[in-house]
Amino acid sequence: MATTAAPATDTRVKNGDGTGRGGGDGAGVRRRHRLGDRIWPLGFALAAVLVFVLYQWILPQAPAGVSDFFQTWLPMSTINQCVIWATMAVGLNVVVGYAGLLDLGYVAFWAIGGYVAGWLMSGFFGQWQINFFGHPAPGQESGIHLSFWLVLPLAGLFCALWGVIIGAPTLRLKSDYLALVTLGFGEIIPEVFKNGENINGFNLSNGVKGITPLDPISTGPFAYLGVPEELGPFDETWKFVIYVLIATFAVFVSLRIREGRLGRAWLAIREDELAASMMGVPLMRTKLAAYAVGAFIGGIGGVAYASAVGGVAAEDFAFSSSIILLAMVVLGGMGNVWGVMLGALVLQWINSNGLAKAGEAINQAVGKDLNFPSYNFLVFGAILILMMLFRREGLLPETRTRQVLREPDRGGAEPADAELEGERR
Amino acid sequence: MSQTAEAHAPRSRSLPAPRVLLEKATGLGLVAILGLWLVVQLVRTPERFAGALVEGVNVGAIYALIALGYTLVYGIIELINFSHGDLFMLSTVLGAFVVITVFGATSPTLGGFGVLALGLVVTMTLAATVNVAAERLAYRRLRKAPKLAPLITAVGLSFVYQWGGVRTNGSGQKTWDSLLGDSGFTVAGISVPWSMVLVTGVTIPLLMLMMWIVQNTRQGKAMRATAQDQDAARLMGIDVDRTIAFTFAVGGALAGAAGVLYLQTVENTRWDAGFRLGLYAFTAAVLGGIGRLDGAVLGGFLIGIIQNLNDSGMLPFGQKWSQTVVFTILIMLMVFRPEGLLGRPTTEKV
Repeated sequence: MATTAAPATDTRVKNGDGTGRGGGDGAGVRRRHRLGDRIWPLGFALAAVLVFVLYQWILPQAPAGVSDFFQTWLPMSTINQCVIWATMAVGLNVVVGYAGLLDLGYVAFWAIGGYVAGWLMSGFFGQWQINFFGHPAPGQESGIHLSFWLVLPLAGLFCALWGVIIGAPTLRLKSDYLALVTLGFGEIIPEVFKNGENINGFNLSNGVKGITPLDPISTGPFAYLGVPEELGPFDETWKFVIYVLIATFAVFVSLRIREGRLGRAWLAIREDELAASMMGVPLMRTKLAAYAVGAFIGGIGGVAYASAVGGVAAEDFAFSSSIILLAMVVLGGMGNVWGVMLGALVLQWINSNGLAKAGEAINQAVGKDLNFPSYNFLVFGAILILMMLFRREGLLPETRTRQVLREPDRGGAEPADAELEGERR
Repeated sequence: MSQTAEAHAPRSRSLPAPRVLLEKATGLGLVAILGLWLVVQLVRTPERFAGALVEGVNVGAIYALIALGYTLVYGIIELINFSHGDLFMLSTVLGAFVVITVFGATSPTLGGFGVLALGLVVTMTLAATVNVAAERLAYRRLRKAPKLAPLITAVGLSFVYQWGGVRTNGSGQKTWDSLLGDSGFTVAGISVPWSMVLVTGVTIPLLMLMMWIVQNTRQGKAMRATAQDQDAARLMGIDVDRTIAFTFAVGGALAGAAGVLYLQTVENTRWDAGFRLGLYAFTAAVLGGIGRLDGAVLGGFLIGIIQNLNDSGMLPFGQKWSQTVVFTILIMLMVFRPEGLLGRPTTEKV
């Protein structure tokens, strides 16, 4: 999105976003505002560095009790999963949180991104032999092998294209229909991959077996700095750095766009579509942009996920994943990137490790035998319901969202959401 | 329930834009290709085609029951009750528990049918109660909230129901014996299972009862009035909250009935059955024109038939693509004809 020209700080429009708690225009206030702006990114960077140092250098030397503790409660693979899910939640936040378009099939983009990685970074297409800065495992030179760093933007762009393809015919539908259509796509696309081992004789996706293994990630010039030259499945701490970089990219992109013209158009659409179109916001184009950006981030998240798992399989992309991502966005606070990030980190930890381990600990303490992971669905469902009932704006709300969501019925001005937006008639 | 709701929107006489024409032509072209293909199949293998048709009507009756629940709720508060499919799934589990686990009714005796009737009543009552409770505890508080809120709540509720399904039914599939089994009779070379007679025999009276309630009773009048304009209805002395709760109760009861009947034909329960079937049923409701009762019934049968034609190889995709076919229909509908088959293009009530 080239329209993200950042407004200079001193002319920045004060539109009261999440961190700008102090209103007004005084110089002192502005400084505080800027500090508030920095707290989250700084905290994130600090946390990432701490985690990396801890897991890379301290824990291997630490006494067994300490490293066991971390291995049980917060293994590196879980952290990686959390960061990847957070990336995707940030992507979904662009669609749901910024533009207010409920997308229940976000997992489709994730799947497409994952399969792009599978196609371009493995020996899957054995009939061709293409190697472009790729690092195939020895003996697997056939197939397409592109560099991980090249696959990332390719997958993102491919997903963005699909976002436009999916969005173009459906975005004029009103919100609840749109949700259903996205859900339909979210079911169709993984099913295409699941059944895609023989499409007119062409093996698109290897069916339920999935594509595995993927090439290791090459680190290029950083190899001279002591980073392993190739990051295979076991270099989790180094991969963590890569995933954090990807997440940072997603956060940066969404924060910058949010400030710009496009982002403000999204918020306007979210808050009142009719009014926004009256003010000259091109609805279709703006919504499509939201879809494309969201899909792009979903795509790179998909590549990251595939590289973390070491392959792609169609069963990974279930409807429940879309809902868990949605729960992350809702829990964190729709529209507030840092809130979403935090929500995603916490929920994914609960999902992959926390609930099980906490369950074990509670079972030991109480002397019962409850199967805590089986309460997963209940937890996520309850989060969605309770948040909607009692704290619709999320744990870390964007002030702006809070105003919109808390505002009582605006004089029955349920927007004249003609089922078929404008263009139809 | 919009058949009485909107006055005709004044339609402009001018020629529609070329884009609209193109869209219509594409839509009709797709339908025509599909129809042609089906005719070819009918001529080539009439028995198999008829068999698929029978099976389709059988499943379609159940889809119609579920679709009615969607359409009723959508008609009255414009909420896609996402959790409805999972309520149906819970009903299949409960129905299996009452009819088979408790009373062991697996043979077509008089007692067996009595138990089945009892199971129907129990399941319908409980499903209605659950649905009303959901309305009372969650949706009612969100009636004034932006639309995203009740929708997300419904998704959350659907997760909670699915959890209930996993807890009671396990994470796999459970197979049950139905009353009538595979027995059936043959008419003109087409075998018709008895269970189909049972299902349609229960479904059609239920549907007619439904229609009668909505169109002829005082409560139905209140429902239609509430659907049209809640504030005006309130001013006319209609208890809007009670009417909406009643609508949820009816929808839940229909889902309950669908659950018991589904068990009698499909003979298995799965915790994730509700998601897929719910979506099929929703597609059916949209196909017929959401908000319209007759549309939901028509759509239910159509989706059931299309799905079974595809399952039996009458469409060139095969069974593993059935879900894709139905969802593609949903998407095509949304794109080409969001008002459904029976709905007329309406300007939204403002």
